Amino acid sequence: MTSIVIIDYGMGNLGSIQNMLKKIGQPAVIASEPTVVSQAAKLILPGVGAFDHAMANLAQRGLTEVIQQRVAKGRPLLGICLGMQLLAHRSDEGTLPGLGLVPGQVVKFSVPAPLKIPHMGWNVVQYQANSPLFRGFANWDEARFYFVHSYYYQCHDPGHVAATTWYGTHFASAVQNGLVFGTQFHPEKSHKFGLLLLRNFAQL
Amino acid sequence: MLNYKPVLKTRVIPVLLLRNGGLVKTVKFDRANYLGDPLNAVKIFNDKEVDELVVLDIDASKRGHRPNFELVKQLASECFMPLGYGGGIKSVEDIGRLFTIGVEKVVINSAGLCNLDLVANAAQVFGNQSIVLSVDVKKNLWGNFTVYSHAKVPPPPVGLLTFLQQASQAGAGEILLNAVDRDGTMTGYDLTLIQQVAQAVPVPVVACGGAGQLAHLRQAADAGASGVAAGSLFVYHGPHRAVLINYPAPSVLQSLLG
Repeated sequence: MTSIVIIDYGMGNLGSIQNMLKKIGQPAVIASEPTVVSQAAKLILPGVGAFDHAMANLAQRGLTEVIQQRVAKGRPLLGICLGMQLLAHRSDEGTLPGLGLVPGQVVKFSVPAPLKIPHMGWNVVQYQANSPLFRGFANWDEARFYFVHSYYYQCHDPGHVAATTWYGTHFASAVQNGLVFGTQFHPEKSHKFGLLLLRNFAQL
Repeated sequence: MLNYKPVLKTRVIPVLLLRNGGLVKTVKFDRANYLGDPLNAVKIFNDKEVDELVVLDIDASKRGHRPNFELVKQLASECFMPLGYGGGIKSVEDIGRLFTIGVEKVVINSAGLCNLDLVANAAQVFGNQSIVLSVDVKKNLWGNFTVYSHAKVPPPPVGLLTFLQQASQAGAGEILLNAVDRDGTMTGYDLTLIQQVAQAVPVPVVACGGAGQLAHLRQAADAGASGVAAGSLFVYHGPHRAVLINYPAPSVLQSLLG
């Protein structure tokens, strides 16, 4: 069984996630073949771009069901940025249904001036103390992560919110439903904070 | 009801210039001074936990070269923060390759553009947030800000602000605003320029050119810049400009800009 598989479905920057995992001694495979993804011990679903384009790409490569099957078998999944938004049931950005792995919907930011859209830059993440993704974070005064996004996640069940961030509104910057995790921010671009978060995921 | 929460801290972004694979720093886009090995500089900036890093190859387009993908890949593998790259980008394919090797944002310079088609096409495929339009600005004889082009491409037929509005409509998710006359002078940003552009465009503006001390960063942020970029400030030290890669501690930046 392959350890961590970073799912390549033509949406985004996979190299930087692999680079960071390598840094923490967790070799990961980048793969788009369902046969490889179906063998993964853990999955990372990255993504930058538009919601429908992403869902269509997953379907086209035969990955939608494979991902859902791995999750059903209890394999941990981490969605990053758009990859997190795909965990929802639907998004304002598109018309296709999402993976529906963390009940919720994705809506567009509506922020007062002078805040701009996209929400781009380093922001503070207020995490749930018991969240396994944030184990060890108490050593720092605050947890800062790099964000780039125009839409945000609304969980149907507040219990699925693993972290919140403020940008004109409080939004779910990380979600968790069982072993399905999502981060709106980019751990692979967030220095020591991202290193620890990915290490926590790798050690689940 | 005021529910104050921390808002985004202004991003502080070192800009590194490449020429023939080496790290250089210019003054007013001229007099390139060789500083050393870019990979070493990137590693130091990564250790110092910089907010973001921009690397620009200032020779590639002039010489008609494509990006040095091998070098960019090496640099990207040392960056655990967002990396922007510009120089020699000709096509959507080039841009796709840069994203695959670990770059987050591509920087397309206005000097290489006959029109905004590349910006529009790239934004459609990769999203606006990953496409940065870099514009070099000079004052003309009448004191008006104009788009400066050192390449053979003529400047756009419209004024600076109109051009930047068109660029953001076309899909540029961010503007890297270079004040050519301030480059390398360390005398402070052109605050009027920053104000005018930040008010005119809906996308984040990153100011560049003139930073010589930390107080300058705050001035640019107050003028409306979402990000403040600098070269000399982060690669030189002292009045004699000794080469020393440096970057303020997070706590210093927090009290300066927070």
